Amino acid sequence: MSAALVRDGTGAMMRDIAEGLFTAENPPRLIGGRDKESGRIVFPCPPGDRFEPFPLSRTGKLWSYTIQRFRPKSPPYAGPEAFRPWAVGYVELPGEVIVESRLANVEFEDIRIGMDLELTLVPLNPEAADSVLVHAFQPAGASA
Amino acid sequence: MSGDVCIVGIGIHPFGRTDGVSGLDQGVFAVRQALADAGVEWSDVQFAYGGSDAAGNPDTMVERLGLTGVQFINVRNGCAAGGSALFSAQMAIKSGEFELGLAVGFDKHPRGAFNALPSEYNLPDWYGDAGYMVTTQFFANKITRYMHEHGISRTTLGRVAEKAFRNAVHADHAWRREPVALEEILEGAMVSDPYSKYMFCSPAEGGVALILASEKKARELGRPMIRLKAAAMRTRPPKSFEVFAPSIDIGGGTATATQIASADAFRMAGIGPEDIKVAQLQDTECGAEIMHMAENGFCKNGEQEAWLAEGRTEIGGALPVNTDGGCLACGEPIGASGLRQVYENVVQLRGDGGGRQVPGDPKTAYSHVYGAPGVSAVTILER
Repeated sequence: MSAALVRDGTGAMMRDIAEGLFTAENPPRLIGGRDKESGRIVFPCPPGDRFEPFPLSRTGKLWSYTIQRFRPKSPPYAGPEAFRPWAVGYVELPGEVIVESRLANVEFEDIRIGMDLELTLVPLNPEAADSVLVHAFQPAGASA
Repeated sequence: MSGDVCIVGIGIHPFGRTDGVSGLDQGVFAVRQALADAGVEWSDVQFAYGGSDAAGNPDTMVERLGLTGVQFINVRNGCAAGGSALFSAQMAIKSGEFELGLAVGFDKHPRGAFNALPSEYNLPDWYGDAGYMVTTQFFANKITRYMHEHGISRTTLGRVAEKAFRNAVHADHAWRREPVALEEILEGAMVSDPYSKYMFCSPAEGGVALILASEKKARELGRPMIRLKAAAMRTRPPKSFEVFAPSIDIGGGTATATQIASADAFRMAGIGPEDIKVAQLQDTECGAEIMHMAENGFCKNGEQEAWLAEGRTEIGGALPVNTDGGCLACGEPIGASGLRQVYENVVQLRGDGGGRQVPGDPKTAYSHVYGAPGVSAVTILER
């Protein structure tokens, strides 16, 4: 994998939270891992020889979700001290795998299992110009 | 060995918060109570298995109990630690090698949610950095999917907590012993939707000890014969949905370690779910009890909605579940939690439950623990 890409975010230059998670494309895709023997797909791509990197579908359907209502303990959480609840769930990428992800650009009360979603990247700390980027799914067409 | 392994002595240190008493000392307290209950001395104990997650090495309790040279093996197996200690202890007696032994579990956790680190679960650091290492998130995601698939309402989740606190009023060892109204449970501060703060158990403290004996030895001791008819411990199959999962297989959540452990236990005991008269099911959160009712074969997915509305899992119902308030009311000291369930079942089978005693002189009791990352232990007791 290439070194963590510096992406042109909202005017600020932000780095991916880790290397090898997202493709360099714009818009990006999650990089899963495909078991060379069984074809099973997982996310993220595990280290070692058994799995090969496999770019995942950019779109999927919401499988389940919840709202994170309290600030997770640090360590390990590396987000900002200031806390606002966020939505987090699992998104089924058809024929591939179900990935865990934050949900973005949707009101909590509008979230529905089965809704169509697409991948985006969002800053872990929305207040910081040098925040790292994490993956999130948003309602399909939200950024159009 | 011929005959069954029997539980001849039980002891418990009250769950909750006991400032100034270490987790280990809570375990020692429980062991002394269990020895007295069985009418044996520490020097009679031939072997021990001890479980603790965060309160030190169990075998160091020989310093307190006596340096008899006893074989003492430590067990660390997540939330199934206690169940695994018991499983190992009964195997030691079944093998014919020993006649009298101890299974003990204790713990003492800091306040607040468990503080897991990615490296402990073979996960990359970014997963924790981004805020995913939160057990409550997983539990909430799991039940949201289950409710969607099987038509379980949030009110049903609330009824589980309501029952737990109501049952715990009569359990001396429980932590939260005040009844809480259903409305208050449903309207309590949200932790992770759909769960309010009343719908999760909390990390806690406590200790439980069980003295196990061969059938021959149990007869000599003259205690009520509580027979361990089955003890099964299993890990997860494909398509399970476990805590701290950055991804799950399509179709995930449909197979669980509990289903395998439960089926094995019923096979060993030669009875079925319909024969069980009281059950303690892992209820780290309200939805766990709901899902585990089905995973252990007591009802079909979705039937819990009617079961809870009709009170079928109440102490006077067809299948009383979590008669001492379970994890929701007792809290979860990881090492002790699974053994508490067995303790409670022995109390029930002996008819010593007092205000929480299951009516009708129950002869069969079931216990089930489940923990990360997909381990499950089941026991079936008969009197």
